[in-house]
Amino acid sequence: MSYIDEGARKGILGWLLTTDHKRIGILYLVSMVALFFVAVTLGVLMRIEQLTLNPPMFSPKTYNAFFTVHGVIMIFMFVIPGLSTVFGNFLLPIMIGARDVSFPRLNLLSWYLFIAGTLIVIASLFTGKGAPDTGWTFYAPYSLQSGTNVALGVFGVFVMGFSSILTGLNFITTIHRLRAPGMTWYRMPLFAWSLYGTAWIQVLATPIVGITLLLVIAERIFGIGVFDPTKGGDPLLYQHLFWMYSHPAVYIMILPAMGAITEIIPTFAHKTIFGYRYIAYSSLAIAFLGSLVWGHHMFTSGMSEISNLVFSLLTFLVAVPSAIKVFNWTATLYKGSIEVKPPMLYALTFIFLFSIGGLTGLMQGALAVNSQVHDTYFIVGHFHYVMFGGTVMGFFAALLYWFPKMSGKTYNEKIADWALAPIFVGFNMLYFSMLVLGYMGMPRRYYTHLPQYHTGHIIASIGAFILASGVVLFFGNFVVALFKGKKAEQNPWGGVTLEWRVPTPPPLENFSEIPTITERPYIFNPEASQ
Amino acid sequence: MNSPVPAQPPIHAESHKDYEGGKLGMWLFLFTEILLFGGLFILYSAYRARYPLEFHEGGQHLNVIIGITNTVVLLTSSLTVALSIGAIRRGNRRMAIQCLSGTITLGAIFLVNKYIEWSGEIRHGLYPNSPILRKRPPGDQIFFGLYYSMTGLHGLHVLAGISLLSVMLALVIRKKITRDDFNKLENAGLYWHLVDVIWIFLLPLLYLAA
Repeated sequence: MSYIDEGARKGILGWLLTTDHKRIGILYLVSMVALFFVAVTLGVLMRIEQLTLNPPMFSPKTYNAFFTVHGVIMIFMFVIPGLSTVFGNFLLPIMIGARDVSFPRLNLLSWYLFIAGTLIVIASLFTGKGAPDTGWTFYAPYSLQSGTNVALGVFGVFVMGFSSILTGLNFITTIHRLRAPGMTWYRMPLFAWSLYGTAWIQVLATPIVGITLLLVIAERIFGIGVFDPTKGGDPLLYQHLFWMYSHPAVYIMILPAMGAITEIIPTFAHKTIFGYRYIAYSSLAIAFLGSLVWGHHMFTSGMSEISNLVFSLLTFLVAVPSAIKVFNWTATLYKGSIEVKPPMLYALTFIFLFSIGGLTGLMQGALAVNSQVHDTYFIVGHFHYVMFGGTVMGFFAALLYWFPKMSGKTYNEKIADWALAPIFVGFNMLYFSMLVLGYMGMPRRYYTHLPQYHTGHIIASIGAFILASGVVLFFGNFVVALFKGKKAEQNPWGGVTLEWRVPTPPPLENFSEIPTITERPYIFNPEASQ
Repeated sequence: MNSPVPAQPPIHAESHKDYEGGKLGMWLFLFTEILLFGGLFILYSAYRARYPLEFHEGGQHLNVIIGITNTVVLLTSSLTVALSIGAIRRGNRRMAIQCLSGTITLGAIFLVNKYIEWSGEIRHGLYPNSPILRKRPPGDQIFFGLYYSMTGLHGLHVLAGISLLSVMLALVIRKKITRDDFNKLENAGLYWHLVDVIWIFLLPLLYLAA
């Protein structure tokens, strides 16, 4: 009996009131994919706006709401929680040989807080004086002045922050307390390491944005003045506090994706991971250094030159652990017997796109370049290469890798391969055009553009349509698989971590008997390694 | 690699409780609380450096006597919650109940004092966005903005702590918390101590800054 057929309760309540980490993972998956499609639709609408020069398809105000809601949903409801809540919940206990997380009921509460936050944000769109139009960063002083429903939207994000903190706290405790006998730190799969680093950022950084958002609400309701320049407040302090969380949050987004890629690559190279400890340490180094670079979002804000220099230096430093991972992945491929199945194909795409994202990030870390490209499409292109090309591509690869294990069904591998073609082509048409447009001077967040940017915008918009159709094909494949897919084997890819040693789909308690671990992970050829 | 060892009991067994894990989780949660207030402390230090005179003067408008009374009240309440844990460990349920009720009462007294204090200040027109404050220099407005934010957020935490301890009290009365199983009470006590510690920082920063 798998966890799908057997629960503490029957029927729909068995899912809504479950404390099983696997069912909670599925709850997150379903709600997040739905939200992802809402945000993709908004993104496509933004590209439709940019197709025409004059008159605009949608009013400027509507366009502001589009990019705000697109950003809020994508960042706070999909990319930040995505991999750790879906795959972390489902796989972390299995990977370390536990029956569940440390606090199963808290885990369910996290999902409800996530849903509550989501509903509050959605309510903010349709109540009060219209959808928030501040951008996802809610920068003061505009967020204090905007006539739209900012307070409610901000409150929704605050509630989701709670969900994030509780998940992080749960994972840290689980990893410390519930590893199977013999599962030492250096025998843990690297996905678990990346979740560990992520969880620490979630716990340490999220409260800062929590208080910042509370103050925005207090400012709007009571007028306390701490960010309001007319009362002696300093909007720059808002930016500091906001990015103190939101830059580390970038690493909350990317670390679990890197962890998933680290699982996929050795499996399909049939070769042990290169530099296990360096990958593990680099996760922690990213978590640590990533907390010290927030100022690079503010180079043009009028901070002191010294701060600019320090933040620029630290920004270059944080690229080192990320690069270590990329080198280790490629070194793992070296002399491996590579099998390019769909998860591997998407993982390789991740490396390519993430590298572009990372390198354009370094360009902006340089002060001279930054002052030129700040607040242009270059930034938008850069972070979509990291967030979409990195995190979301990592999410896609992880879904392809673990879907058979989670659902017990196989999907059509050919269609999965073919879906990458429109995704890859559309992606680069869309976001590379943005890099070029930004370099030419196209500012971000404008509802329209000057004629000299028109060609670039047309290419980007066509790319957006191609990309969106690829995404639909990608997910459609899974929906078909759920209904018509053949039964999946226990270990379809030849993986060696613990999740491949339990039945597919996993039983309610994961293991009939808790395994004892005697060796490091990623040994594909036991004879040769002895 | 996985030679089976029948060590862990199945998940359904209610007896399986990981106290150390519970405590680790609680401490992590307390970290997040400190960081939540940490954001306010950052703002406080930035603005205090910018408006030292106004912060000095603002502190003079606060009621130091109530502030110090409340400090004594909270410190005592921390003592009683610690005593209640000691009592339950020795199996003295009656004393545990008395001490917990004492803590809850003291918490309520703290909030009543806070109410008296705030209404006094509001009567004097010292509240965010008030006509009197708006005429004063910007630093004053910031001081009172921070004063209300910090003590207000702390007050909410006192309220949360009182609710939490009331649940614990009910559990002690219904014998769900006993000398063999008092982990919940200990964690709730930790939370109450944190609320206390934060107040210890708020008192000098706001009241004694004058």
